[in-house]
Amino acid sequence: MITSSTVQWLPPLRSLFARPVTERLPPPPVPRSAARFPGSVQLRHVGAGSCNGCELEIASAFGPVYDAERYGARLVASPRHADGVLVTGVVTRNMAVPLSKTLDAVPAPKVVVACGDCALGGGPFAGGYGVADGAGPLEEPDVAIPGCPPGPVAIAQALRGLTGR
Amino acid sequence: MTASPLAAAGVSVIQLGAAVTGGPLLFGLMAKVRARAEGRSGAPIRQPLLDLRKLAGKEHIHGGHSSVVLPLAPLVLVASTAAAVAIAPLISTRPALGRTSDALVVVFLLLLGSVAVALAGLDTGTAFGGMGASRAMTIGALAEPALLVAVLALSIQAGTSNLPRLVSATLAHPQWAASPERLLALLALVIVVFAEAGRIPVDNPSTHLELTMIHEAMVLEYAGPELALVTLGEAMRLGLLLSLVANLFFPWGIAATGSVLWLAVGLAVLAAKTAALAGVIAFLEVSMAKLRLFRVPEILSAAFVLAVLAVITGLAVTP
Amino acid sequence: MSAALLVAGLGLGGGGAAAGAVLPARARVPGAAVLTGAACVVACAAAAGVLTSGKPVTVHSAEILPLTGVTLSLDPLGAVFVLTTALVGAAVSCYAAGYPARSMKSRPAAGLLPLFITSLLLVPAAASIATFMAAWELMALSSLLLLLTGHRRREARDAAQWYAVMTHAGAAAILLAFVLMGAHAGGQSFAAIRAYAGGLPPTVRSLAFLLALAGFASKAGAVPVHVWLPRAHPEAPGPVSALMSGAMVNLGIYGIIRTGEVLLGGGELWWWLMVAGIGVVSALFGALHAAASSDLKRLLAYSTVDNMGLVLIGVGASGALAVTRHDALAALAMVAALFQMMNHAAFKGCLFLGAGSVQHAAGTRDLDQLGGLLRRLPATAALFGVAALSICALPPFSGFASEWLLVQGLLRGFSAHSAATAAALLAGVAALALTGGLTAAAFVKAFGIGFLGQPRTPAAAAADEAAPAMVAGMALLAVPCVVLGVIPGVVMPLLARAAGTALGGPPPDPVRAGTGLGLAGSTDVIEPALLALLLTAGLALAWALARIRTRARARRAEAWGCGRELQTARMQYTATSFAEPLQRVFEDVLRPDRDLDVSHLAESRYFEDALRYHSRIDDAVERGWYRPLISLAGRWGEVARRAQNGSMHRYLAYGFAALIVILVVLA
Repeated sequence: MITSSTVQWLPPLRSLFARPVTERLPPPPVPRSAARFPGSVQLRHVGAGSCNGCELEIASAFGPVYDAERYGARLVASPRHADGVLVTGVVTRNMAVPLSKTLDAVPAPKVVVACGDCALGGGPFAGGYGVADGAGPLEEPDVAIPGCPPGPVAIAQALRGLTGR
Repeated sequence: MTASPLAAAGVSVIQLGAAVTGGPLLFGLMAKVRARAEGRSGAPIRQPLLDLRKLAGKEHIHGGHSSVVLPLAPLVLVASTAAAVAIAPLISTRPALGRTSDALVVVFLLLLGSVAVALAGLDTGTAFGGMGASRAMTIGALAEPALLVAVLALSIQAGTSNLPRLVSATLAHPQWAASPERLLALLALVIVVFAEAGRIPVDNPSTHLELTMIHEAMVLEYAGPELALVTLGEAMRLGLLLSLVANLFFPWGIAATGSVLWLAVGLAVLAAKTAALAGVIAFLEVSMAKLRLFRVPEILSAAFVLAVLAVITGLAVTP
Repeated sequence: MSAALLVAGLGLGGGGAAAGAVLPARARVPGAAVLTGAACVVACAAAAGVLTSGKPVTVHSAEILPLTGVTLSLDPLGAVFVLTTALVGAAVSCYAAGYPARSMKSRPAAGLLPLFITSLLLVPAAASIATFMAAWELMALSSLLLLLTGHRRREARDAAQWYAVMTHAGAAAILLAFVLMGAHAGGQSFAAIRAYAGGLPPTVRSLAFLLALAGFASKAGAVPVHVWLPRAHPEAPGPVSALMSGAMVNLGIYGIIRTGEVLLGGGELWWWLMVAGIGVVSALFGALHAAASSDLKRLLAYSTVDNMGLVLIGVGASGALAVTRHDALAALAMVAALFQMMNHAAFKGCLFLGAGSVQHAAGTRDLDQLGGLLRRLPATAALFGVAALSICALPPFSGFASEWLLVQGLLRGFSAHSAATAAALLAGVAALALTGGLTAAAFVKAFGIGFLGQPRTPAAAAADEAAPAMVAGMALLAVPCVVLGVIPGVVMPLLARAAGTALGGPPPDPVRAGTGLGLAGSTDVIEPALLALLLTAGLALAWALARIRTRARARRAEAWGCGRELQTARMQYTATSFAEPLQRVFEDVLRPDRDLDVSHLAESRYFEDALRYHSRIDDAVERGWYRPLISLAGRWGEVARRAQNGSMHRYLAYGFAALIVILVVLA
């Protein structure tokens, strides 16, 4: 269990004292005073039938280069711990009920963040045979992040719109 | 060691305030160290405090078939941890109820908190809650004995199990700090702190995979202010454990008199010590992988054996 | 005065037995309950009188038992046990008044329960061999017959068989020990034996102690002679199992203290180190099996083994320290052991009464089939919860106070500077620590799976709250769990007098009286009352913190199950799955019996029809030692049968050969 070679210790030790690779981003689209969850927002990600392209971009948005966590945004495991759901993918028939259950489990006040063209009703899979009729909670998302897939900067900026940082 | 009750009460209030704000700050510091080690800039250190404030404003939800135990458990967790923080010698060797500040009292107050959260996990009536409770009680069943015996090893050396007097005795005998039983007990306690605070390699507090959760699984059903209480309780618990490890083994800097200047120094030194320990723990977390669940009892048994060895060494060495 | 009270109490108990046997159906159980309750109250007063005055009272009657008469003597040591038994007896009588099971309403059962309680009150007061053995046998037989009220079930008959054999083997050992002591002393009263104690040759003393230890340790549930306990206590009806675990096992401890300390005058160091060693093994064994058990009452029975192990650690430490002339430390350890015994009687009695209520309400005591009982039986569940918190030694309940005192007693003993004693004390401290964690796991399982969550079967969902008398009985035992935890100082002087009687010498004062719990000769004091206040203030503070920013009522929502459409009660953890990680860790000790039956479809061997999985954890000692012994005895019996082939000629030859041998030997 205790590492047998120093190779596992050295890179983190070096990074600890080096400048982080995180890039600076332009200012947030919404000032702090107008933000819905000033300073802190937690989201529960729900993949409602996506191709995982948006998931990769979200992972990148929370990765070292774009680091959305420094703006107070975080992905959490349980919707009860969250302020809203971050939905990717066109809502398939199988995921319609789980998505609405997940949103119902979130304590008020809550938001729906639709990430990617699929979640906004478009994208290459719109109108497919497995897609649910009607978008359910995605009819009126509180935050929309267009793109197929949206880049990590767009995702981070959208989350900053919620926290105002 | 007579102190005016008012001064002692003041010390406890300061300790409580320090724990309530400092505990979440320790979480934030650990997240920051982890982020920097990964090359990210990471959230600011005060982020957990912002999270708590936001959670306090959210809706209360009682899920499923839960009963009165679910809302009661966070109260018991915070109350028991706060009581332990108030009476433990963190900033000064003269906290309120200093005579009741016994090793067993503090350890069993922490156990009270764990039992409350485990019962809440079972009260949710879901598979996750039961799983978390089962794993947490298994780990607790092996970590509590190691914690107790390690602290008792120190008590045997100092001749008392009263914590403020233990700290004072260590201050009076600096040569004890390097004695073999102290080092063995320290090693045992470090392992136990990882288990009690639920950090890697025992548990990953930020995992999203329910099957890998231990503590997280018990609190999956909590929302809003109750979640804030549970998080605050866990933060105070971490702060208390780190402070106790710091003060039992390296007590220099703790206030031995009641003067305000010394209390301020004690507070600053405590903050520095716990921040250093938290940073080291966070760095170790980054360098290690989480153990699979059925390997955890092995390191906890090792901690227990180390603690028993500490007691035996103490008995053998004492004339 | 106390003597009159004592006799009155025993008489009332006898009256209760008569009432139970004689009265018609409706008046039987309440009448017996009232008389027995009164008997317990009177006995309690007698014991309290002896404890506060410190002077023993003696009653002798030459009439009741032929040839020997009956000698009763209540000294402070016996008075502590009478006090504890009276408390449990009163609560059980109250509970039994409302217990709805038909088997306990018959004439035999209604008459035997008061008789059982009376015999439990009689044993600590007995002061001659005949009285003691008569009371001991009365206790054993009445509890055996009460166990047999469930004779229609095979498990109950099995349990009764084990119980009968082991309790009588124990009684034989005790009788032999007493006879050894009495023969040398030339009289059968305890006073005569004690007076002659110094004159016994060492080998006889040790032999007598070992025999007495074997018998009394079996009654107390010490490993390895405990195997009747996890069988008998669960099968007994609710009130009876509460008495067995709450009052009867204590008498094993009483016997060990009485024989070793009082009658044999202290004894050798190795005796008490052995007692402590047995205590360590019992504590660990009991805690482990309790954590792995999914039958509620079996869990409680193993927990009894665990707690009695802790008491034996205290008694052993006390004896060892007394032999090495550390009288103050010995008194402290003895007080701690007696306090633990007293607290155990209260919370274990309450737990067993609660288990009895649950078994009657839900029809089963298998935790895997219970659940959600907090909503159906709120009062029972709340009282069970209080007792469970107390047994886990959590502040501010009584279990914590006695655990603290026991640890302090062991820690102080380290200063006694003897390697053997230090090793025993170290083992004791390690055992205390380990059992604390395992007990917490066991009782989180018992309360969490049994009472919280959703009901796992329709029977559990339809359970009804117990009768008010049953709840009142439980409450009577739950009150000491709280009171003795918050102000333990009230009983300390009484326990100190009992310890003084046990160890001989001037009355000690090891625990300073007062609201706190402090040790004489040291500034170590804890104040549980203030701690309780602090915790209450903390609860209020936390409650206020949770309402700073939002005051709205909680919304009731569906449990979060990852958005799954169907969530059933069967998806919850069961007691077996809860204990599984611990079972895996300790697999080498527990060695569960696992069986997987697979049946295939008739058409093809590749398709499975049904899978049946059995998992059982048997008592490790029973499986490892007793079963081989029993099968050995069986094989020996088979071999011996060959000598009994029915032929008259052979039997005449045996008789002739025996006659020749005797004539040769006598010549």
